[in-house]
Amino acid sequence: MSDFAFLSGNEAIAYGVKLSRPHVIAAYPITPQTKAVEKLSSFVQDGELDCKYMHVESEHSAMACSIGSSSVGARTFTATSSQGLLYMSECLPYASGARLPIVMMNANRSIATPWNIYGDQMDSMHVINSGWIQLYVEDAQEALDMVIQSFKLAENHNILTPVMINVDGFVLTHTYEKVEIPLQEEVDNFLPEIQASPHLMSDDNKTSMCISAGNQHYMGFKVKQHRDMFKVFDELKQIDNDFHKAFGRNYGSAVEGYQFEDAEALLITTGSVTGTVRVVVDEMRAEGKKVGVVKLRLLRPFPAGDLVSKISGAKAVGVLDKNISFGYEGTVFTNVNSALFQKGASLKTINFIGGLGGKDITKGNIRQMFQTLQSGEGETVQYSNMGCTL
Amino acid sequence: MSTNTKLNARKLDSTENFYGHKACGGCGESLALRLALKVLGDEAYLSLPAGCMAAVSFIYPNMAFKNNAIITPFASTAAVTTGIAAGLEALGKKKPLSVGFAGDGGTADIGIQSLSGAIDRGEKFIYICTDNEAYMNTGIQKSGLTPFGAATTTTPSGKVIHGNINEKKNMFEIVAAHGIEYAATASVGYLEDFINKVQKAKDCAGPSYIHVYSPCPTGWGHGSEITVDLGKEVVDTGLWYLAEFEKGEFSLNLKPKDFKPVKDHLMRQNRFRHINDEEIKMIETTRDAKWAKMLKNWNI
Repeated sequence: MSDFAFLSGNEAIAYGVKLSRPHVIAAYPITPQTKAVEKLSSFVQDGELDCKYMHVESEHSAMACSIGSSSVGARTFTATSSQGLLYMSECLPYASGARLPIVMMNANRSIATPWNIYGDQMDSMHVINSGWIQLYVEDAQEALDMVIQSFKLAENHNILTPVMINVDGFVLTHTYEKVEIPLQEEVDNFLPEIQASPHLMSDDNKTSMCISAGNQHYMGFKVKQHRDMFKVFDELKQIDNDFHKAFGRNYGSAVEGYQFEDAEALLITTGSVTGTVRVVVDEMRAEGKKVGVVKLRLLRPFPAGDLVSKISGAKAVGVLDKNISFGYEGTVFTNVNSALFQKGASLKTINFIGGLGGKDITKGNIRQMFQTLQSGEGETVQYSNMGCTL
Repeated sequence: MSTNTKLNARKLDSTENFYGHKACGGCGESLALRLALKVLGDEAYLSLPAGCMAAVSFIYPNMAFKNNAIITPFASTAAVTTGIAAGLEALGKKKPLSVGFAGDGGTADIGIQSLSGAIDRGEKFIYICTDNEAYMNTGIQKSGLTPFGAATTTTPSGKVIHGNINEKKNMFEIVAAHGIEYAATASVGYLEDFINKVQKAKDCAGPSYIHVYSPCPTGWGHGSEITVDLGKEVVDTGLWYLAEFEKGEFSLNLKPKDFKPVKDHLMRQNRFRHINDEEIKMIETTRDAKWAKMLKNWNI
């Protein structure tokens, strides 16, 4: 029997990491990720987790140490947030280009200036082109489970790509929920020891890594990396199916819909806000309104086909972005429109930008979004609950 | 010479672990690297940041190291080096040998934070700084280890300012101030001293650091045949010194009876050709003050 516990998102991540038995953890503290690394440190100091915990002096070194340990085949975890993610950002494409299966938790937080410690998704959007798989989770249980799934995904020799698990700052990292903690032996069966890829360094296979490649070869490496990213959809689906068999829970594909099949107005979400949207959908369905929600669990690779198949029946689609690409629009909105255009689907789309710097996205705000979608009126890019006039 | 005479050229392994690279003729750094690997052996895992040694050794598909070797992000030599050690240890390898090689810029400027953090963690690793006193790979720009007076492409000998106006940062003592287990200075002009210091570093249980003076014919403007000679002369003029830091104590390994003339030494390098007698006097004054302190406070 597995255990149940009352855990924050941070602690759920820490339990997921502990159960995954990493060889090395290298991390630097930053709000709101701190509780995750504190919990992991306790596991190590109490002898509950046998791994090398590296107390690095910066996020840049957290990722560089992770690159070092992963390059010799050690299962490696790190965690960061916001400014820390940006500080290590030089090392992110470095790790993905070297095809290192590092798993990282990112506690989604706003970016200075102005300084703000609360949750939005500006940080992960900033590094969306870093070659990392980007997962967004909705609750603490999914956070724990996706750590285990992420190691399996990243270490798959068809993938060999690092994974960033995005957990909304405070709303998820600091909110306590009932979480099922799987048994160690069940996780060991599901996630066996890492099988080091032959391109890594070892005593038996001396090699050079993170090499340079001239203009004749560079593009080949990059296109191969790009193409391998698309294998994530099938591999993740398989991993999720296996996870269901092992633990009785799963999360479906890269795109999860709720009340979407016959919906006229759909809202596309990422992360924790999805829970609130589900509640509003239930309320509005009870009023006879045909509304629904589609959650993107992956932003890279972007599940364009899966997404369009789930939304193309709607009359209007809203995209809730907790970020702005300054001078254009929300980043998810751009991706969704591109997917619709590529698949030949023509829909009314509206971008709702909200939640920046931890601004609440209330049930009322979401109801307003659905009403806007149903009326089909207003600007293409709208700002939800800004809280001031400009 | 002091006690560092256990290894010599005859006893060195004839195996080459670093060959086929594209370094310039007379390159001091590649000489230091090649000889260090003869002491460290091919079991050592090597980390090198973006810089000359990485640029000449990892050009796909031609790899110049027999060892496992990785190019690191520029700022991250020590972080990657210790990450490799941690990974190997966690995978069950006993006493893994993980060695970082970085130039002066990669060590004293952009890499100093990660080096400080790694030494502070106390993990076993060796860090060898091959110091050629400027950013050579990008075309001879000033670094924190460029000496006073030297012309670089960002501190040219101008009409108003003659070359670099700053003193060379003292990495050896900065590293020692961490309470590191072992640190040493060396020069490619005193190779036997250098290889014995590499052996000492290899035998350390904790972190160790060697700062090796490595002339660069391309960047300094001297003949490729006098690299080793300049590396010897810089010690004999007192502008560089062979020293160690062990068990919290500094010691000088070599004390020239009389310093060789500074001017003759500097004029063999194009980078110093512009400096005047007044500036040479300043260089000598700085040297003498440093030696007075070392002779007073360090073991000889």
